[in-house]
Amino acid sequence: MSYVADPIIEVRDLVVRYGDRTVLDGVNFTVNRGETFVILGGSGCGKSTLLRNLVGLMRPYSGSIRINGQDITTMSDQERVEVRKKLGMCFQASALFNSMSVGDNVALPLREHTALEESTIDIMTKIKLELVGLGGFENYLPSELSGGMKKRAGLARAMAMDPEIIFYDEPSAGLDPIVAAGLDALIRKMQQTFNLTSVVVTHEMASVRLIADRVVMLLAGRVVGLGTLDELQQSEHPFVKQFFERRPDDESDNREEFIRSLTGQDND
Amino acid sequence: MSAVTYVFGYTGRISLNALYALARICVLINDTLNWTFIQPLRGKGLRWRSAVEHFVQFGVNSLPIVGLICFLIGGIMAMQSVYLLRAFGATQYVANLVGVIAVRELAPLMTAILLTGRSGSAITAEIGTMKVSEEIDALEVMGLNPTKHLVVPKFLAMILAIPCLTVLGALIMIFGGFAVTVWVVGLEPDVYINNTIKSIKIRDFATGLSKSFFFGIVICLVGVYRGFQVRGGAEGVGHMTTSSVVTSIFLIILVDLVFTYLFFF
Repeated sequence: MSYVADPIIEVRDLVVRYGDRTVLDGVNFTVNRGETFVILGGSGCGKSTLLRNLVGLMRPYSGSIRINGQDITTMSDQERVEVRKKLGMCFQASALFNSMSVGDNVALPLREHTALEESTIDIMTKIKLELVGLGGFENYLPSELSGGMKKRAGLARAMAMDPEIIFYDEPSAGLDPIVAAGLDALIRKMQQTFNLTSVVVTHEMASVRLIADRVVMLLAGRVVGLGTLDELQQSEHPFVKQFFERRPDDESDNREEFIRSLTGQDND
Repeated sequence: MSAVTYVFGYTGRISLNALYALARICVLINDTLNWTFIQPLRGKGLRWRSAVEHFVQFGVNSLPIVGLICFLIGGIMAMQSVYLLRAFGATQYVANLVGVIAVRELAPLMTAILLTGRSGSAITAEIGTMKVSEEIDALEVMGLNPTKHLVVPKFLAMILAIPCLTVLGALIMIFGGFAVTVWVVGLEPDVYINNTIKSIKIRDFATGLSKSFFFGIVICLVGVYRGFQVRGGAEGVGHMTTSSVVTSIFLIILVDLVFTYLFFF
């Protein structure tokens, strides 16, 4: 696929800290309109933190995040609400409101942000649920759905306001390969049907191969690779190579150090 | 030298933490009042349906237990009073004692403590669980304000439910005292009723109701505050729920002391 470079999200020199600990250290990248952009990295590399910053749930220490040209790190709450109406997010554990039926979950943003009639909202809810393959489930409670269905319902809710960008936090985490593949196909379908920009955080190589247009790879809060999957596979960076080859960390060098740390004699 | 730095460091950390907590509480109070009273006037709307549901949950559903406890406490209070007043041959004044204490003090306090256990803990657990399962984040990402959606309906329901429950509780408590005095001690029913009516002033009701109103604010805000403080998983929810009940009861007693002192003169 080819794209006209039309940046929709621009991240510049992003630094995020928890207290004294720097979690993200000078991250730069751009997401183009209509592409599926994957944020890849090992556990604890800061990819979830990056996502929380992109949707404005956290404020960075420094740097800027522009969505459609507006810097969300400096805007007021009121302005941020307007930006968020055009964003959708699928949470790792789907984060459906457990006290509401699936239909009400999907209808909630429509009821709160639009002046549509209840009958129209009803129809739109049904359309969104049909879209993710959950037609007829609007009266179920989230606790009555399986893990994969919850994720689909979460996607329907994220799609409710017809967003321009949709964020996925670990979409295939905790799902069996078949359901995960179904979700990958759904992410692809959404992107192609609605020309959606998708930002996906994951560590599953299998789904990256299926959905990614471009990938950013993080290691300990820094970008170590940015480009298409093919470009990354050519990379000479040792961590990127190790990640793609699915090799464990070398243990032999550390063995002596490990024993020393056990006996508490590492300072001699 | 290191002992000195330790002492200063320790005091500094404690005071800083206390200041941060105070700041967060102020923000919470400001947000809640803003979204309850000011934003609805600007056309931002209120979640009435949710408020009514919570009113039923906090108020109507608490009525049986509040009624039962108040009835029993009224009876206990009457017996203790008779024990004391018999020595002076002043048994008929049991009505005055029970009536005034019920309206001014015990009905507001018992209702508040029961609601802390029943609803304050529920508020913390609900918000805490939503925090753990990222539902609060989901609200924010949708551009929906968590204060408006979660706090305000509970706040409104609580400050409306608790004065109602207190009035009913006071009446039931007086009835409990009546039942014991008339059927156990054998006082004339008319004497009891007349003495009760004569002894209770509007001022007493004003004290009791204003107290209970502030108790309601304490229960709701402490519940919400602790709920938003939840970190980690189920353990965090349990920990903060306990903490919510303890903090709430402590603050209720403190508010009670202040109000009793103000209305003392």
